[in-house]
Amino acid sequence: MNPLQQHRQQLTRRQFLGRGATGIGTAALASLLHNDQSVVAANPAAQFGGLPSLPHFAPKAKRVIYLFQNGAPTHVDLFDWKPRLQELHGQPVPSSYIGDRRFSTMTGKADGKLLLAPVEPFSQRGESGAWVSNFMPHTANVADELCFVKSMYTEQVNHAPAINFMLSGAEMPGRPTMGAWLTYGLGSDTDELPSFVVMTSITKDTSCGQIFYDFYWGNGFLPSRFQGVKFRGSGDPVLYVSNPNGMSRENRRGWLDDIAAINQLKLDEYGDPEIATRISQYEMSFKMQASVPELADLSSESRETLDLYGPGVEEPGTFAHNCLMARRLVERGCRFVQLMHAGWDQHNSLTTELYNQCRDTDQSSAALVMDLKRRGLLEDTLVIWGGEFGRTPFLQGDLNNRPRWGRDHHPYAYTLWMAGGGVKPGFSYGETDDLGINVAENGVHVHDFQATLMHLLGIDHQRLTYKFQGRQFRLTDIHGHVINELIA
Amino acid sequence: MKMLVTESSRRHFGYTIRMGYQLRTYFVLLASFVVAAARAEEVDFARDIRPILSENCSFCHGPDEETREADLRLDTATGAANVIEPNDSEASELYRRLITDDVDELMPPPESNRQLSKREIELIRKWIESGASWEQHWSFQSIREVEVPQVSVTDHAPVRNPIDAFVQQKLADRGISPSPEASRSTLIRRLSLDLTGLPPTPEQVATFLADSRPDAYERLVDQLLDSPAYGIRMAWPWLDAARYADTNGYQGDRERTMWPWRDWVVDAFNNNLPFDQFTTWQLAGDLIPDATPEQKLATGFCRNHMINGEGGRIPEENRVEYVMDMSETMGTVWLGLTLNCCRCHDHKYDPISNREYYQLFAFFNQTPVNGGGGDPQTAPNLAVPNAQQASELDTLAKQISDLDKRLQNRDATLTAEQPNWEKQQLAGLSREQSWRLLTDLQIDALHGTSKLLDDQSILIDGDAINDDYTILASPGPSKITGMRLETLRHASHTGNGLSRSDSGNFVLTDFLVSVSNGENSAPMPVTIASADATFEQGSHAITNAFDNDPKSGWAVYEGRTVDRNHTAVFRFAEPIELVADSTLQISLRHQSVHARHNIGRFRLAVTSDDRPSLSNESDQLLAALSVETDKRSDDQRSLIQSAHRSADDRYQKLRSDRDKQTKRRDDLRNSLPKVMVMEDMSNPRETFVLNRGLYNKPTDKVQAKLPEFLPKPEASDQSVDRLLLAKWLVNADNPLTARVTVNRFWQQVFGIGLVKTTEDFGTQGETPIQLDLLNWLSWQFREDSWNVKNLIRLIVTSHTYRQTSKLTDRSAYDQDPANRLLARGSRYRLPSWMLRDQALAASGLLSPVASGPAVNAYQPPGIWEDASFGKKKYQQDQGEKLYRRSLFVFWRRIIAPTMFFDNASRQTCTVGVNRTNTPLHALQTLNDVTFVEASRALAETALGSPAQSDSDRIDRIMQRVLARPCSPAERHILLSGLERTRLQFADHPAEAVQLLDMGDSPRNETLDAAEHAAWTSLTLAILNLDETLNRE
Repeated sequence: MNPLQQHRQQLTRRQFLGRGATGIGTAALASLLHNDQSVVAANPAAQFGGLPSLPHFAPKAKRVIYLFQNGAPTHVDLFDWKPRLQELHGQPVPSSYIGDRRFSTMTGKADGKLLLAPVEPFSQRGESGAWVSNFMPHTANVADELCFVKSMYTEQVNHAPAINFMLSGAEMPGRPTMGAWLTYGLGSDTDELPSFVVMTSITKDTSCGQIFYDFYWGNGFLPSRFQGVKFRGSGDPVLYVSNPNGMSRENRRGWLDDIAAINQLKLDEYGDPEIATRISQYEMSFKMQASVPELADLSSESRETLDLYGPGVEEPGTFAHNCLMARRLVERGCRFVQLMHAGWDQHNSLTTELYNQCRDTDQSSAALVMDLKRRGLLEDTLVIWGGEFGRTPFLQGDLNNRPRWGRDHHPYAYTLWMAGGGVKPGFSYGETDDLGINVAENGVHVHDFQATLMHLLGIDHQRLTYKFQGRQFRLTDIHGHVINELIA
Repeated sequence: MKMLVTESSRRHFGYTIRMGYQLRTYFVLLASFVVAAARAEEVDFARDIRPILSENCSFCHGPDEETREADLRLDTATGAANVIEPNDSEASELYRRLITDDVDELMPPPESNRQLSKREIELIRKWIESGASWEQHWSFQSIREVEVPQVSVTDHAPVRNPIDAFVQQKLADRGISPSPEASRSTLIRRLSLDLTGLPPTPEQVATFLADSRPDAYERLVDQLLDSPAYGIRMAWPWLDAARYADTNGYQGDRERTMWPWRDWVVDAFNNNLPFDQFTTWQLAGDLIPDATPEQKLATGFCRNHMINGEGGRIPEENRVEYVMDMSETMGTVWLGLTLNCCRCHDHKYDPISNREYYQLFAFFNQTPVNGGGGDPQTAPNLAVPNAQQASELDTLAKQISDLDKRLQNRDATLTAEQPNWEKQQLAGLSREQSWRLLTDLQIDALHGTSKLLDDQSILIDGDAINDDYTILASPGPSKITGMRLETLRHASHTGNGLSRSDSGNFVLTDFLVSVSNGENSAPMPVTIASADATFEQGSHAITNAFDNDPKSGWAVYEGRTVDRNHTAVFRFAEPIELVADSTLQISLRHQSVHARHNIGRFRLAVTSDDRPSLSNESDQLLAALSVETDKRSDDQRSLIQSAHRSADDRYQKLRSDRDKQTKRRDDLRNSLPKVMVMEDMSNPRETFVLNRGLYNKPTDKVQAKLPEFLPKPEASDQSVDRLLLAKWLVNADNPLTARVTVNRFWQQVFGIGLVKTTEDFGTQGETPIQLDLLNWLSWQFREDSWNVKNLIRLIVTSHTYRQTSKLTDRSAYDQDPANRLLARGSRYRLPSWMLRDQALAASGLLSPVASGPAVNAYQPPGIWEDASFGKKKYQQDQGEKLYRRSLFVFWRRIIAPTMFFDNASRQTCTVGVNRTNTPLHALQTLNDVTFVEASRALAETALGSPAQSDSDRIDRIMQRVLARPCSPAERHILLSGLERTRLQFADHPAEAVQLLDMGDSPRNETLDAAEHAAWTSLTLAILNLDETLNRE
């Protein structure tokens, strides 16, 4: 065939995928999302990639939005109402509550520390009667949708290890995070957007924010395509998503067709299936160039919706904006959206900064739950709100200096809430003691929480493993029990 | 840093070239013997059985005593013998437990989630039936010469060296034919990328294509191995393994200066430092007797780990983490063992115990590093000058030593002249007057009340915020050269200090002197030329007291309530002559912003000394000189000596020159990059097994010791330190180092190792299909004195390497899609760093600078700022720094350069490769300014060449990127694309200008913008072709 004739016969780019001289091209798109040839076989639950054996059983949730509150929100000031803490305000912690428990180097021994009453009153809310701080009026309004876990506990006392522990099941960096495990196992429902997206924010002018390490959304030893894609708060939401200045979409389209045509020639000559993968990779990048700006363009949102999420929603980089983006992402097939919001580490600014912190997160977190619900998305979308540990029910600082009151890190008990995705609404699980210091009943270890989360997504946490350095690894290490009581 | 090729490495080099030729001859002979090579597949313990036992049994029946069940081991021959009856599977408990229907007896237990496949059970049965022979894990066996198989050869697939013999034998076993050689243009691009990381230039391609000599290919290989770019290419994977970065990591992420170590690695590869020395220097260069600075510098390898400078961290916890990192990095890089598994317990699969982990840890546990703070140049460190700095330091050292000599000479002369000088001084000094206190004073304070005390000092009482005093005195006829102000403590002052301010400090904003002769004459201001004070507080120098600035002043606060007296001496510009009715008027003003900083008590004196000075030095000198020479105290002698030298202009000049040069030398030294290096303390630190790896849970004390299961060097009196460890790693008996190293180089060239699990050569790692080949190469590498260039040459001159990567045989592909049998050349996407280098080189933008501090290339704005809440600001470099090779780009550990997708994070040791293709990667090579600018520059080159057709220009671009011209079909596509784009830019000329404006490098403004932009688009497409992105 002469070259001219051949070129005339070039099929349109969309047909390349199904054509492929050797017939290998058909698998290309799937293999792009999941390169192991053995597991390219279609996963009925996902359109793209995923392990053939997954899900292990019918999932309750198909996707997750994790509103991660970096720095550790104070459980006794927000959700874990302890009247006795008010009675004993200013009294030393009874030593029977603390034994030889280790705290951060800032506190050292807890002996003699003074108990501190919640800085803001609580009220009972909704039909479920959940206690919620008055700092969280919007969350209080959706209390009947929420499933509180008040008996979380962890093993880590410093931020980075504890956050890693929450997200990857191990305190040291290097293991895959939840989002990576889930997209590896379940594949993707979109080929136009990344399936695991991360967005970060911080309360303005806070004095207590930790930086976000990229291993918080790392792929560990899983292939790097399972790494979370960080959407940025300024510039292009996805790095390099915009065409170079002066290059129109028309120009780009034309050349992508030409690149595909030449790559097709190469595929015909070489027969390497990776070339077919390349063709679809470039096609997907073009789609992403359209879908990312479309995703970020809020003009289709009604005023009412924008107002629901609260001030700042139209300003990229805010928590409110990210919450709305999270909804738009899951609508478009994204599997795991991880929002991380910093500024909860109130060692000496409880009375001055906790309010701001709540103001910046309360309305949009609640709005997200409401918005998902009215769109019918909440039933199979799991929303999680919580941090890496709690804060000490006792005071860090000087009792006489109220403006500098604070609370230190507290790994022994903390609260998180979940909504949708198959968890019981208007429910509270687990109890701490009457001072909020220790778990008194139904403790939920981090690995139990992870096992439960995987269960909601139709995965047996013991069976989703990956071999690395000669060992089968999993999110829950060698631990973890599903907490069935949480599941609706 | 320059390095000389050692004499011995040069010898090795020559030796193997000769040997290479012999080998070649040998194989030509060999090829005439045609031997059928089909071998029956037998059960092979290492390949078939051990992996099954290891994967399924070792967790409960392995090396770890803690978790061992039923006291049964299935990782050793003696253990397994308890449950195996050789040649009789039915009678073997092991087999019975695999096939039993009784779930209580079934192994592995169902709850372990492990299950043997039917094929695996059948393999076990066959193995037992054939005698259940047991051998040591393949990688722990010693490396011996392997017989090179004899294979039949075909015309299209010659056996060029033993690599081909091993590969083709395996292929023949499976009835697969090797592929023919790739085209010459493919080969030169492949070779050039593999050996230098850069595409070949069109000139190199033309020369190679025209070279009809039989060894043209080998000559090209040698040329590339000799290119300085070779070391840069080889250094990248080593930097990944060494977790090299330009910052500490963690919160704070401070910047370090380890780059001289990086430059050393490049030089070491270029100079072909044998791998055994490469090893010894990096792990223990400091311990080599009479270690050179270069050998010490090499130990920076160990110190490339992250440093945690977060407040609140316990130093010892950090320190233990660093030592673990060093030990485990050594384990991965040289032994291919996952030592980290043994932090808390015995290894589950490999014969290394928890105790042995800490015995290895002990080798690295001897540095003086204590884990505290986050100093990115934590000592021990080594200042590393570049050539220019080194020569400047040399020059300064010579100058300083010269000046020292001249000072000594002058000193000798002065000593000889001293008796004379003493006589003159004694005569002169005796005539001088010392300080005279002013008496009969008239005192006036603006606010306070004054009181003259017995010692002639004046006490001012009062709490004014700012107060000023005026003192009148009439000392009588005299010559006055200067005035002394003593500020004195008093019980009424704060803290018994010098004033009633909160700190007992004062700020004297003005000290004014005037003189009037007789009642009617106007006071004449006296100019103060200079002054000295016993102490000056920061910027509150004594000169502020006579600078005409009413706000600035002299103060004496030393960080605590003032607790000593202070004195100032003011020297007049000209001596004043007082007559009988002359009056001195002295004003002390305190007009600073500091409350009550008024001097509370003071005393004034005048002098007629030639040079009024603070101390009563001249008094002391006079006293000293008055004593007889041999009765003087040491202090007196040295006082006289130094006074003599101070008075000598020549001596003073020499000394100030010497001080100046010394300061220059010290400044230069301080500006040098400091590389953190290794050093052992003289008092060894004790090492303990740490329970669960926790720094604060030490248990048994251990000594540095090599692991039990590997051959040890013969006993010697050499101390047990890192040097011993390093030598053991490269000892001929060590079965792992050579295999692990050869495999890494193989991975670097073929894209995948012979052992796929580059990081794990233990029993859970992959048993290589090409085991004999790996063993032979490892033996060859070691016998060839660890000559790296020879090894690379051997690999790339094989036919196996030279095969085309076209997939010509469908059945071969179906049998071996991952190409582990190497029936064709390998084809894989280039690492992201090489994609950038390729674009820079093809476009002609590449900077030749290849050393020195790291540079900040293009990066979208806000990346560092986002990651650090604005604490780290990205300052993009300019000019040629934007176009240096990727190896020299600044690596911030908490947020790696965005352009290097799929790379190791450089946080911990990484030896494997990561190769994925996501749309995000495509977006980068399509849209990043690096690639757009390279396209623009390359388009300009094509357009700039005179009298060419579009077709020729396209070829020019293709040649530079892909080392070949267009095919007709490609040409048609590109030409029509060009035509289309020309029209688009003609319609939108502003877009053309915008596109051409990408990147900092200037463009040829005489080129038509629309035309240039159209060509830029075309070139960008070529940079994004699959072939460009791949090495094929």
